[in-house]
Amino acid sequence: MSETLLTIEDLVVQYRQGRKKVVKAVDGVSLTVAAGEFVALVGESGCGKTTTAQTAMRMVPATSGTIRYRDRDITNATQSEMRPIRRELQIIFQDPYESLDPRFRVKDIVAEPLEIHGLDNRDERVRAAMERAGLTPADLYLERYPHELSGGQRQRVSIAAALALEPTMLLADEPVSMLDVSVRAGILGLLNDLRTSGLGILMITHDLSTAAHFADRICVMYLGRIVEEGPAHEVIRNPQHPYTKALVSVVPQPDPEQSMQPEILQGETPNPADVPTGCRFHPRCPVATAACSSEDPPLRPAGSDGHRAACILV
Amino acid sequence: MSFVDPPQAALPDVVRPSSRVRATLSFLRHHPQAVVGAIILLAFVFIAIFGPYLAPYGEREQVGPLFGTPSSAHPLGLDDGGIDMLSLLIYGARVTLIVGFAGAVVAMLVGGTIGIVAGYFGGKIDNALMRMTDYFLVIPDLVLMIVIASIWGRSLRNIILIIGLIYWTFMARLIRSQVKVVRERAYVKRAQALGASHLRIIFKHVIPQIMPLLLAQTVLMVALAIFLETAISFLGLGDPSVTSWGKMIENAFSRSAISYGAWWAIVPPGIAVALVIMAFNMLGTAVEDSLNPRLKVSHLSRRHFRLRPLPDKEGRS
Repeated sequence: MSETLLTIEDLVVQYRQGRKKVVKAVDGVSLTVAAGEFVALVGESGCGKTTTAQTAMRMVPATSGTIRYRDRDITNATQSEMRPIRRELQIIFQDPYESLDPRFRVKDIVAEPLEIHGLDNRDERVRAAMERAGLTPADLYLERYPHELSGGQRQRVSIAAALALEPTMLLADEPVSMLDVSVRAGILGLLNDLRTSGLGILMITHDLSTAAHFADRICVMYLGRIVEEGPAHEVIRNPQHPYTKALVSVVPQPDPEQSMQPEILQGETPNPADVPTGCRFHPRCPVATAACSSEDPPLRPAGSDGHRAACILV
Repeated sequence: MSFVDPPQAALPDVVRPSSRVRATLSFLRHHPQAVVGAIILLAFVFIAIFGPYLAPYGEREQVGPLFGTPSSAHPLGLDDGGIDMLSLLIYGARVTLIVGFAGAVVAMLVGGTIGIVAGYFGGKIDNALMRMTDYFLVIPDLVLMIVIASIWGRSLRNIILIIGLIYWTFMARLIRSQVKVVRERAYVKRAQALGASHLRIIFKHVIPQIMPLLLAQTVLMVALAIFLETAISFLGLGDPSVTSWGKMIENAFSRSAISYGAWWAIVPPGIAVALVIMAFNMLGTAVEDSLNPRLKVSHLSRRHFRLRPLPDKEGRS
């Protein structure tokens, strides 16, 4: 197996709400991403996916747990200690309309990381990164402002800027959720190509079907925890956790003849400031038993290839 | 499987320079008051720069009787020392405009810096700076002005500093709120994730974004500064060694020009102050109007506010 790049262990991120209340946005998440691996972190809004990614980038401080990049513990690294890490670990944001400075030309946006890290040969590197991100010919785009580009082109500029430093890993925070369906496949295909060339990719998404298509492994998050993880095909074909089962059941089938039995969950996601006792999914779980409200199950092996789920019925 | 974007629509050729010119022209067409304001201002700036060559008589030269009436030789009459009013008005333009600009720039630099630091760093720094700003804000301007002028002494430099000291609070609060918005932008977060320093982010991403606002507010602030300078001089706290419009009014007032019936000693500098302030306001609001998209669509805009007749029964207005 190839080298493990990012390792997150027992990560907890807390926010204070007022004086006494503590919100655990992320509550004991562990995951790893290896070189050439495409991992999808799937979950609904507010479950802590983005916080996990931002904590890995040290944009949000971790309350406890460890984050390692290769063999270096970066949980408490200072900004200057983070600098070499930031060259290798790049993030792509969700909204390509917001994440590019409207006053910068494309070439300045892509060159900015090079400037920050004091690298030479900027022109060449900018062109190389842009071609790699599918903005060909680069000359057509260099002098443009973001508002002159389409959403898909902007997201490619964003990816080119991330690639300019020749990173070894990309964190993609919902890279296609703001884009038209017609250009999504292009961007996802680009990420897939980058993975094939050896980058580790952690993609955050709420769309299980794109995750199923591209990811090697899927981690399903619910209310700050990973409730199921495993090889993508295993998780999709043989979901073990009732939450994952519900998610898989609502993914549209390409065959209209095939009947769907969507399983719609009752109720709303609980407030992360007021997590239910026991298994945090039990108030909405269709198969909950009495024990579920008192016992908080850890991730347990379920099936093959490191497929694990956090449910007492497994 | 291959992934291709749908065929790229041909991007139009880059036509930026001409579009910028066009934008400026369309701004001027839609804001005629900006043109009027700019013309008035240019005239006064011209007078201020070339004053010594334009003035028919000297700044301290007695050329006739006290409070001499307007005549063909002295179109605006003479003041209490027999000095030509028109010449004084021309000399005064320079001091008044210098104080106005310099005071506004001081306010912008101090207020802008504090606003940017408070807005960008937030938290405790923001709290400390904003409480300090609040303290300055609640001190009555006039009292602060009188106290400082009597402690520091009466000089042009001190008047500029006083104006800066009084007006930086407005600037600081306004800039802070804008910086707080920009700071949360994803491209600032992206720069942070890349490891950019705070200074780099502030200079490369934050300041360019708030620059239009900063400029529009500075223009409006010049008007306020000129008004304040006039007030300070009128209260007798101005620099005794230079001529400004406020000082001319004060002079005429304290030497009882009114009881002599010498209206020409008070009215012209008053009109000059009013004209300049109006010009700055016209220009400033026009710039503000075109830079702040919210003002374009809502009743908040001074320019667009109209009282409309109520619709009649058929719903027509």
